[in-house]
Amino acid sequence: MRRYFARKVAIYLLTFFVAVTLNWLIPRFMPGDPVLRMLTRTSVSNPDAIAPMREYYNNVFGLDVPLWRQYLNYWAELLQGNMGISVWLFPAPVTEVILDAVPYTLALLIPSILLSWYAGNKVGALAARRKWLDNTVLPLGYALTATPYMWIAIVLAWSLAIIAGVFPVAGGYSFDLQPSWSLVFFNSLIQHWFLPFLSLFLVAFGGWAIGMRNMIIYELEADYANYLEALGAPRRLIRRYAFRNALLPQLTGLALQLGVLVAGALVTEIVFGYPGLGRLILMAIQNQDFFLLQGAFLFIVIGVLIANFVIDIVYVLVDPRTRTGMTGGAA
Amino acid sequence: MSDLAPAAREEAAPAAGGEAVSAPAVPVAAGPVAAAQPGARRTRDALHFALRNKKVVGGGIVVLAFLALGLIAPLFYDYGHSEYVGPQSSGPSGEYWFGTTTFGQDVFLQFVHGIRSTFLVGLLGGGLAALIGMTIGFVAGYVGGLVDEALNMLTNIVLVLPALAVLIILHTYIGITSVPSQALFIGIFSWPWVARAVRAQTFSLRTRDFVDLARLSGMGSGAIIRREIAPNMSSYLFMTFILLFGGSVLFAATLDFIGLGPTGVMSLGLMMNNAVHWSALQLGLWWWFLPPGLGITAIVGALYIMNVGLDEVFNPKLREM
Amino acid sequence: MSLRVDNLKVYYRTLRGDVKALDGATFTVADGEIMGLAGESGSGKSTLSKSLIRLDTRMRLVEGGVELDGKPLPIGDQDAMNAFRFKEVSLIPQYAMSALNPTRKIGKMISELLGARGVKYSEIKPELERRLDLVGLKREVLNNYPIELSGGMKQRMVLVLSTLLNPSLLIADEVTSALDVSTQRAVAETLVEFRDREFVKSMIVVTHDISLVYQIADTIMVMYAGKLAEKAPADVVVNAPRHPYTQLLISSLPEVGVRYADRKLAGIPGSPPGLLNPPAGCRFRDRCPLAFARCVEEPPFVEVDKNHHVACWKAQ
Ligand SMILES: Nc1ncnc2c1ncn2[C@@H]1O[C@H](COP(=O)(O)OP(=O)(O)O)[C@@H](O)[C@H]1O
Ligand code: SF4
Ligand SMILES: [Mg+2]
Repeated sequence: MRRYFARKVAIYLLTFFVAVTLNWLIPRFMPGDPVLRMLTRTSVSNPDAIAPMREYYNNVFGLDVPLWRQYLNYWAELLQGNMGISVWLFPAPVTEVILDAVPYTLALLIPSILLSWYAGNKVGALAARRKWLDNTVLPLGYALTATPYMWIAIVLAWSLAIIAGVFPVAGGYSFDLQPSWSLVFFNSLIQHWFLPFLSLFLVAFGGWAIGMRNMIIYELEADYANYLEALGAPRRLIRRYAFRNALLPQLTGLALQLGVLVAGALVTEIVFGYPGLGRLILMAIQNQDFFLLQGAFLFIVIGVLIANFVIDIVYVLVDPRTRTGMTGGAA
Repeated sequence: MSDLAPAAREEAAPAAGGEAVSAPAVPVAAGPVAAAQPGARRTRDALHFALRNKKVVGGGIVVLAFLALGLIAPLFYDYGHSEYVGPQSSGPSGEYWFGTTTFGQDVFLQFVHGIRSTFLVGLLGGGLAALIGMTIGFVAGYVGGLVDEALNMLTNIVLVLPALAVLIILHTYIGITSVPSQALFIGIFSWPWVARAVRAQTFSLRTRDFVDLARLSGMGSGAIIRREIAPNMSSYLFMTFILLFGGSVLFAATLDFIGLGPTGVMSLGLMMNNAVHWSALQLGLWWWFLPPGLGITAIVGALYIMNVGLDEVFNPKLREM
Repeated sequence: MSLRVDNLKVYYRTLRGDVKALDGATFTVADGEIMGLAGESGSGKSTLSKSLIRLDTRMRLVEGGVELDGKPLPIGDQDAMNAFRFKEVSLIPQYAMSALNPTRKIGKMISELLGARGVKYSEIKPELERRLDLVGLKREVLNNYPIELSGGMKQRMVLVLSTLLNPSLLIADEVTSALDVSTQRAVAETLVEFRDREFVKSMIVVTHDISLVYQIADTIMVMYAGKLAEKAPADVVVNAPRHPYTQLLISSLPEVGVRYADRKLAGIPGSPPGLLNPPAGCRFRDRCPLAFARCVEEPPFVEVDKNHHVACWKAQ
């Protein structure tokens, strides 16, 4: 088990290292120095306040220090939490801008991932090898999982918010409110949160339901299931085992899906104007705010790596084989 | 059946959902088909069952119908998809089947052009991902040892890197100007789960008698992979490609929607981007934003359903009698 | 008479038609008898053994009946059959290595299985432990996951579990083919011991390794292409077989070395007929060196000597 975690952590650290390196490498070696151009543009509109940005730039991308020095400086700045200053929200530091947005994104992602995984697995397991339920769950699941996230979001925003007027269309909370610990504000938060959450939930739910349905069918054909049937075990017991065993690949599937889920959250936020990372990225793209984009990138990488690690831990808790050190587990 | 299948599944099954595939749509558990049947007979059998499988036939018809629409329909127009040709914001009519945008562009024309890009990006992106994934999987699984370790590491890194985030950075600096280059980027980030699954299956196949036999007869590694191992996984590889195709389509739609799509090309994701950007929701121009999403859902959904059908064709155990 | 099988026909449904994998088998297995079931692969051995415990979804009971200890065995009725499984008829599957649920501790799985069959685990546990001792397994294995056991240990574990409720009939399908030679011997001897201790009344030991089954079986039954060819006491089958197929099978067995009877029969051209539309008459006809005009009629499986049944016109 120790080996299992050591391996995992090594992979995650290496991935983080690769991501940081890419993040430094790509802008550094782009022809025409786009970052410098961005700074020049900004200094026109904010001539006096540009000094700290210049310094950061020279430190990590500038030409007056040797390459390896720039790279080390980049790491040094990064480890102090400095990712530069946002051009779009000048002069706010990138880290601050992102930290303001992250809670919104997490508030969408975490509940939708957990609930869709739970509900999808339950429903998928019920449907497997049960004719009429299967005939409804299967097409519905495939339709949902084939739906682009932003389209579900668009349809929900249009039908439930604009036409029916049941939910607000855009924003993280009502325009006329200031963030505070009041019931009114909380209520507004929930109302704005629900539709984006529902979009994410629905698409992901379809995928899990189908995945579980298919896995169970395989499990019911497995040798241990056949043996139990030969020994006259009731269907119920065999299905219970099959469900439990099918959860393992579903857990690995969850790890594999993290990237897609995050992407889904980003576009959903854009549709609903929800103030998370997705909308931030959109604004950064539109304002050519490179530092902000790069910061968002690193935050997403870190988030995904942490989530992967959490899944690894859960995997060990669920799969006895990883605990006894006999197999490699999820990867 | 094959004693080795379960062992292959242990590893292969978790790859069910792909990084690029929006769902664990098909358990990638299809054990290699027993090598006993000669190839021609197997192909004939598969075709026989495929043509009788409702899911395969139904899904296939939908996909082909959209393909035909995307290929043929644009030929009947003498104006471009972005030209302002009609009245502004008008609903579906005999002349403009899917109505017009707030600028008077023909939504149906945009839609069929979008279908075209959809198939192109699916084919190229899915194809490239399949190529990379299979190559890495075969080599890692067949050669083993240090090569396997290194490739495994690479696979795991690309696997956990969130592809969209990387693409955003790449696009910002490098720019994605055409559908093929978009497909290239998508392909480069979508292969890891394929490599993993193919590796596991190759691993189990390489110790089988017929592979030993080929090796004893002096066949080279490349030839063994191509002639002995790959054919025994062909059904599985084909299904993998279908999943990658669907994944690429959804991925491209996401990029296009964020505004990171190729320039000058109409796509279904870009249509949705435009519609949201120009307040089509608030203005109630449903004919503008409903068709593109429906189109993607129909194509990708049909592909997935086809895949379940194919799974039943290739794995008789899954067929319900 | 422990087991009586009467004109049993079980076919596989396929889109091309029925595969007649078991086409009219009539035989008996006496109390205390260990019957070896031999024949090259594809001859229907597994079909016969599965029929006696659980038909899978593609199998169809066409005709015939089975009696166990004088009571009819409802093999065509999955639900009714459940009452007999494990308690009256039990199975050691070919895939013993993967027969145990990988994510449950073995003891827990057994207790859940027994609970579901209305047997109290606590009551049977002493006996379970005695039998573990008998086959040389530590009692701690009950606290292990299957993956913590070696192949041979899993094999013994399954052996103990399958026979725990003292079934009247035990079917062992190719239990030894995945094991190395010394383990094979040990498993075979354990089977005999279980019979001698009356954990099971009678056994059908399916194998394509005649030389192994010869050492433990009281009788041997040979199948060919979905039909019974010959059944007789083990030494009669080996030393004085009457069916031409059995004779070739035995004579092709070398003294040492190759043990398998399912290798291509040396010197006889051809292969067994397909079972989708098998030809009428004796199914061995095309390859039989003794075939003559009469063989286009189907030879009945008749007793030619005491306890010696053969389906061949030449043997009567
Ligand atoms: N699911 C199936 N569908 C069709 N034919 C089958 C199926 N399973 C087995 N058979 C056929 O039935 C015959 C007997 O098979 P089996 O009982 O497994 O033989 P054995 O155990 O002696 O090797 C073979 O010809 C085989 O091809
Ligand atoms: S019946 Fe005829 S063909 Fe069949 S085994 Fe006897 S002699 Fe040979
Ligand atoms: Mg068999």
